Amino acid sequence: MTRAGLTIVAVALAAAVAAPFFLKPFGIFLISTWTVLTIAAIGLNLTLGYAGQISLAQGAFVGIGAYTVALLTPAGVPFFAAFIAAGFLCFAIGWALGYPALRVQHHYLAFVTLAFTTLVFLVLRNEQWLTNGIYGITGTPRPTLFGWTSSGARDFYFLCLGVLVVLSLATWWMLHSPWGRAFVALRENPVRAQSLGLDTRRYTLMAFAIGSSLGGLSGALYAPLVQFIEPNSFALGLSFNLLLMVIVGGSGNFFGPYVGALISVLLPEWLRVAQGYYLIVYSVAVMVMMAFCPAGVLGLVERASRLVDGRRKAISGTALHTGGTSK
Amino acid sequence: MASFIQLLVSGLTTGAIYALIAVGFTLLWQTSQTINFAQGEFVMLPAFFVLLAMNAGAPFLLAALIGIVLSILILGILFKFIIVDPMLKYGVLPLVISTIALSVFLKESVKDFYSSQAQPFPALVPAIDIRIFDAVVSTQSLAVLAVAIITVVALNFLLNKTRLGRQMQATAQNANLARILGVPVRRMVLYTFLLNATLVAVASILISPIYLAKFTNGETLGIAAFIAAIIGGFNQVRGAVLGGVILGVLDNLSAAYISSQYRGAFPLIILIIVILLRPQGLLGRVEERAV
Repeated sequence: MTRAGLTIVAVALAAAVAAPFFLKPFGIFLISTWTVLTIAAIGLNLTLGYAGQISLAQGAFVGIGAYTVALLTPAGVPFFAAFIAAGFLCFAIGWALGYPALRVQHHYLAFVTLAFTTLVFLVLRNEQWLTNGIYGITGTPRPTLFGWTSSGARDFYFLCLGVLVVLSLATWWMLHSPWGRAFVALRENPVRAQSLGLDTRRYTLMAFAIGSSLGGLSGALYAPLVQFIEPNSFALGLSFNLLLMVIVGGSGNFFGPYVGALISVLLPEWLRVAQGYYLIVYSVAVMVMMAFCPAGVLGLVERASRLVDGRRKAISGTALHTGGTSK
Repeated sequence: MASFIQLLVSGLTTGAIYALIAVGFTLLWQTSQTINFAQGEFVMLPAFFVLLAMNAGAPFLLAALIGIVLSILILGILFKFIIVDPMLKYGVLPLVISTIALSVFLKESVKDFYSSQAQPFPALVPAIDIRIFDAVVSTQSLAVLAVAIITVVALNFLLNKTRLGRQMQATAQNANLARILGVPVRRMVLYTFLLNATLVAVASILISPIYLAKFTNGETLGIAAFIAAIIGGFNQVRGAVLGGVILGVLDNLSAAYISSQYRGAFPLIILIIVILLRPQGLLGRVEERAV
């Protein structure tokens, strides 16, 4: 990462740590939601941005993670054990779903995952003995760590932020390890990656399963955050929303999900003036953006900085050139 | 037996409507690689055009005609030039996202600017129950079935027996080759958009008396159309018709005989099985992928 990039990340992190001291409880709830959704979006970015597969199942994995924690913690399982269990469960389900589904790709995968999301929703709604159906589950306890309890809104935000930072570092490390470079190769040119001897199908499957487990971990934080989960929260709408976050932020860009989730969480608040028309404004914005810059907000930023860079290079280039001729 | 016949007829009725929607969906895919995630909303919307025309005082048949014309203008021409054309150069994914956004836009617009309540919608024919053997069948279902069958037959005639239809098929199968052979490819692509807009408008007028006109109607209809298209075969008009009918009948029978709670699940399970065992669909051909 460049020095400028590092500075921006450090400033953003400092802002994220300082923010809850300046915000009202609702503001803290919003930024907590941002951390939780970002985790799910990072997972989807692996599937969509790197492996190039449209998945509409991420919302379902968030739901599976949320229900795992909401069901296990009242049974006496410590939060962190349930949290990790949610991750593993979603990894396993993601693998089991992806193994057959990735035989077919692209728009077919979109439909298989769409079907999966609807099936998960039906199971959550209909299996009342397990999930309490449409009445949902309330009061998932917030965890206590070494005597420090995160039951307060600000404390729980710091827990979420901590998890987000740890998972971000893990993802960053994974994408920069020799093994994870394959994901980047997959993003750049799948055909070339295959011709270089990469087992693209296995890597696509890994990206999908790891992405799913991040969805589960996000859900594991979602349940104690909102304290009330019900099947409708994890219906197709959430999956669409997460997909839009990744695209709006910039898919295949490491920081895309952070920006996309932030926009998705804050935009309804900024567009309060638009009231009920908020979704209309948002959807038009997405359509306009797709028409002019399908690489997302960060794509726009990149384009702008390249423009500035290009101009600078052009100037220094002419300087070199004149230097050459004077010799 | 009587209830079986009743279920079969109502299944065929909804199946025929699904078929119309799915045919339009596959036509768009074939000629312009457009996966229209807003197809369900495209079916929801024309009913409101008709209602608007009726509110302005038009009799039903005139209003229906106005609805179809508005649908062709907005969901056909405007959709192609404003949404699809600027995005085709980026490939399939951005267009998918854009049509998802479009579906939200249409749904919310109807909710905010017309009504969030289900609106009664006039039926084609007065509802009279007739008895066939022991089963009670409504004239409404029969009328829907008749209109849907006539539309599909007319469409088949257009596509297979006329010069225009053959040119459209040539465009769908291989646009470059068609262009070399002198087919006006761009115009043919536009025609498929117009055809799709007509089909969704007809489907809308057929289904709205049954489901009432509501802004959320598109959600289930759109998914049903995708599933029908995939079951039958994404690149075949016949396939989409078959898929729609299979879906409508199975949906009704499974809800009655297996589990109504999991009604929504059976089509999805069939979808997953078809995709895994025969991804090209029951009647589809395997698509060659260009590198």
